[in-house]
Amino acid sequence: MGRYVIRRLLQMIPVFIGATLLIFLMVNVMGDPIAGLCGDRQCDPATAAQLRREFGLDKSVAQQYATYMGNVFTGDFGTAFNGQEVTELMATAFPVTIRLTIVAILFEIVIGITLGVVTGLRRGRPVDSGVLLVTLVVISVPTFVTGLLLQLLLGVEWGWIKPSVSSDATFSELIVPGLVLASVSLAYVTRLTRTSIAENRRADYVRTAVAKGLPRRRVITRHLLRNSLIPVVTFIGTDIGALMGGAIVTERIFNIHGVGFQLYQGILRQNTQTVVGFVTVLVLVFLVANLLVDLLYAVLDPRIRYA
Amino acid sequence: MRGATHARWAACAVAVVLAATACGDNGGGDEGGGGSGDGSGTLSASWTDPQNPLEPANTNEVQGGKVLDMIFRGLKRYNPKTGAAEDMLAEKIDTSDSQNFTITIKDGWKFSNGEAVTAQSFVDAWNYGASLKNNQKNAYFFGYIEGYDKTHPEDGGKQTADTLSGLKVVDDKTFTVKLNQKFSTFPDTLGYSAFVPLPKAFFDDRAGWLKKPVGNGPYSVESYTKGSQMALKKWDGYTGDDKAQNGGVTLKVYTDNNTAYTDLMAGNLDLVDDVPASQLRNVQSDLGDRYINTPAGIIQTLGFPFYDKAWDRDGMEKVRQGLSRAINREQITDTIFQKTRTPATDWTSPVLGAEGGFKEGLCGDACEYNAAEAKKLISEGGGIPGGKFTISYNADTGSHKEWVDAVCNSINNALGDDKACAGNPVGTFADFRNQVSQQKLSGPFRAGWQMDYPLIQNFLQPLYYTNASSNDGKWSNADFDKLVDQANQETDTGKAVELFQQAEEVVRDNMAAIPLWYQNGSAGYSERLSNVALNPFSVPVYDEIKVS
Amino acid sequence: MPEPQEPEGAIAATGMGGAMDLATSEGASLEKVPGGPEGRGPSEKPRSLWSDAWRDLRRNPVFIISGLVILFLVFISLWPSVIASGNPLKCDLAKSQEGSQPGHPFGYDGQGCDVYTRTVYGARVSVTVGVCATLGVAILGSVLGGLAGFFGGVWDAILSRITDIFFAIPVVLGGLVLLSVVTSSTVWPVIGFMVLLGWPQISRIARGSVITTKQNDYVQAARALGASNSRMLLRHITPNAIAPVIVVATIALGTYIALEATLSYLGVGLKPPTVSWGIDISAASQYIRSAPHALLWPAGALAVTVLAFIMLGDAVRDALDPKLR
Repeated sequence: MGRYVIRRLLQMIPVFIGATLLIFLMVNVMGDPIAGLCGDRQCDPATAAQLRREFGLDKSVAQQYATYMGNVFTGDFGTAFNGQEVTELMATAFPVTIRLTIVAILFEIVIGITLGVVTGLRRGRPVDSGVLLVTLVVISVPTFVTGLLLQLLLGVEWGWIKPSVSSDATFSELIVPGLVLASVSLAYVTRLTRTSIAENRRADYVRTAVAKGLPRRRVITRHLLRNSLIPVVTFIGTDIGALMGGAIVTERIFNIHGVGFQLYQGILRQNTQTVVGFVTVLVLVFLVANLLVDLLYAVLDPRIRYA
Repeated sequence: MRGATHARWAACAVAVVLAATACGDNGGGDEGGGGSGDGSGTLSASWTDPQNPLEPANTNEVQGGKVLDMIFRGLKRYNPKTGAAEDMLAEKIDTSDSQNFTITIKDGWKFSNGEAVTAQSFVDAWNYGASLKNNQKNAYFFGYIEGYDKTHPEDGGKQTADTLSGLKVVDDKTFTVKLNQKFSTFPDTLGYSAFVPLPKAFFDDRAGWLKKPVGNGPYSVESYTKGSQMALKKWDGYTGDDKAQNGGVTLKVYTDNNTAYTDLMAGNLDLVDDVPASQLRNVQSDLGDRYINTPAGIIQTLGFPFYDKAWDRDGMEKVRQGLSRAINREQITDTIFQKTRTPATDWTSPVLGAEGGFKEGLCGDACEYNAAEAKKLISEGGGIPGGKFTISYNADTGSHKEWVDAVCNSINNALGDDKACAGNPVGTFADFRNQVSQQKLSGPFRAGWQMDYPLIQNFLQPLYYTNASSNDGKWSNADFDKLVDQANQETDTGKAVELFQQAEEVVRDNMAAIPLWYQNGSAGYSERLSNVALNPFSVPVYDEIKVS
Repeated sequence: MPEPQEPEGAIAATGMGGAMDLATSEGASLEKVPGGPEGRGPSEKPRSLWSDAWRDLRRNPVFIISGLVILFLVFISLWPSVIASGNPLKCDLAKSQEGSQPGHPFGYDGQGCDVYTRTVYGARVSVTVGVCATLGVAILGSVLGGLAGFFGGVWDAILSRITDIFFAIPVVLGGLVLLSVVTSSTVWPVIGFMVLLGWPQISRIARGSVITTKQNDYVQAARALGASNSRMLLRHITPNAIAPVIVVATIALGTYIALEATLSYLGVGLKPPTVSWGIDISAASQYIRSAPHALLWPAGALAVTVLAFIMLGDAVRDALDPKLR
């Protein structure tokens, strides 16, 4: 186990380098970012050239990448076009997004798995159809609309919440945004759990447990659920990174100044330093999340062993 | 079943937390409001993080401009209502030849850190803005001043001077400006934010200044958290007569003005400028008379790629006129924009006023919708190159898709060909600008112009003069250039305006760009505010707002 | 909406009556197992798993209904003019956001286009994008993920780390970079893009599923009996590991149709004059307060499509599960 973890941690190095290089190249392919800085007119060529020099854009991509990586290893992630240090941007954006992600993941775990278990045990019943219907609504109506409607209803009509999240972005403010962010993933988690439960319900060990006369609750939680969770855990693991980097719509609607927004802004303004910096951290999050998921496999299913 | 019990319990927990949140945060709108009518109440307003550092000569968009307008006053100020350039810090600006100016500034002006505003404050600021090594994006505003070619060599040569040779400090209150050509309306351009003075504190510690800018305007910056908010408070030591009528303004950063609008409805925000297009249909029922919609110095046009032979050959002016006549401006401004745009009938803006050069109907028939005429003109001119074309626009900002689609539908309906025109979105603004400036577009493109200062010159020269900075389509016409040169040298304003209008007629006869509509500024505000107005630059006049 | 059918009528019957009792229903299913709902006796000669599945499917009303819906969608994708006589590109701004009226049952959208005609004509692009992207993602993802999970070791390490890198690419960035260089106005670049960025998710799910399935006794038994890798993969692993892939893929189908809208919104997806549900949903979303009907119909069409595929996926999954026989 320990050796497995160390091996996985070592594997992170090539992935880290590969991912940063890929993102670096992608941002570079987008072309010259300077033209976007001067509004609806051409930057005067002298200033544009000067800016390119300053941001190192006049050098070859390989040189730019080498310089960038050199700086990253000394903890310098560069500067955004508005003169703000990328590390400073990260320091404000990541805590907010991490809180938002935690809320969303909690929703996925609590509501998603609960609904999944309920529908899995009662396939074909009204409750199953009802949940399916809600799932369909969530999938076919864009997050933009669900978010906006919730914001209007809860924030303006009923006045339960503030329509926007303050710059502190406390957990209580993030409940509704977290629910909106989690909505589509909730659909996945519910259906995955449902299928898994329905499938394992007929497994020998469940029948044995029932036959042993174990209380129903224990059969469900200890035997049925535990063995049904692998696909769900896998999904949630892959979702963590997606939630953190992909909360663009939710963060926009609720005015949350988090990672999704900074990343989106950086991409639109073709700000290599911001984009590569943020994605680099996200890659690390993915790697760690996937490692944890793999370790969880062994916990959920003792037959799985890592050498 | 127990699972269901759990679900119910979770739902209740959520509801409880929600309710708790609601209890915890009621009525955020009147934070520090005070509710008094004595001018001490503060208001919150929507804002977007400026794209560039907040230096005066580096700020080229409205959001940074808002702040500069609150914390700075220049030699001239554009009247918030009429747009006329009026003396602010300038005691007088004298010239005998439209090329050499002597500027005297008023006594008693100070920066909010106590420093006096002197002639040196202006000269230092302008020299800073014009110097290439400072990367100021508005440097070209100093391009008329002698010595600019040395401090800011355009051809990529080495910078040989740090200061403009055309600027001379005479004494504490006086300095002289020598231009490199005659420019009669130069004093009127001095209200632009690039020309404001800067305190010594800026040059001593630029990084510190950028964290908390110091200026000489009616407000001072109390705190600035990049990317989240800026708190400005009334500066009591302000000596101008346009003192702030409220205690301060908190600018809150919104990434989407739809959210700002929702916050306004919920009472968490006092002022939203630029009401989102998608809310225009609800604005009357949401806000009633707390919604204003006033003309601003912005015009939207369609530019053409004149660098492409297909769009520049003889007879194409008829095709361009035909396209112009195929666009039902009235219907689009009424429906899509809910009358927050006015169909354009010339290439300037109503905010200039008739005296300033705005001439309603200068475009004549060419801007009137007439499907039959449109079809005829286009076929007379040899038809659309390739039979169909696209209108390019950037998709990331400004929600242009709506009106581009509407313009295309209008053209397609007029021509009876549902594939003649289609929108061509470009992912990012930077990419759009690259495609425009590198002449990669092969069809018409969105062109918008927001005036820097309310002069007819500003609506024509930068856009249509040969090789001008915003002449993206590379249109070139000797007659137009000649008339503009003449107009700039004319010392009599009335005659200068007339010459500019003649130049505008050249633009019309060639249909160098299709004028679409004049854009209005719009804003909505809470019940606590009164006396809210937008200036001709579509920026709220913060200092006049009263908070009750 | 067709109710999801429980293949084992016995469970539904015995499980009725308030709180469901797991033990009872399990007991019921135990009794039923030998006979099976189809009345097949153990004496019948063994058929292959796949032909068994097909036999089951043909009798499953859920499969029939969802299949009919999908056939209908394919039909209107191919010949939209049969049920919609209008021109989806003919828009009259004067009718902007008008409601339902004779001949135009769904009303008009913001540009004054007929919502009914556009919804019918939008099926072609949206169904193509959804189905092709899902198939591409499911095949690529489950093959790569399945192999990684089955073989483990170095293969797993390499494939999983490649997955990690692809996971890290933000959709917006990928779209702006990869799609903005494409000039083709067909749906294929968009589908290719979705497959490229979508496969890692299915791959992870398939890998996890295969890793657990691999541990099952019957797989170990097959291995001990000397079954070849390909036989184990096809006969034992795939049918037992595919359920989560089907679940995720059928939901993803809907999200791909919606993603197409996001890409269009970003200006890198399908461009006009293409007509698709995604484009219409994204345009109508802006006006949810003043013209909800313009959103309702294309979103409803999307919902029905997703429903059909989810039901289909469910039916296929059930048919592949021998424990249900």
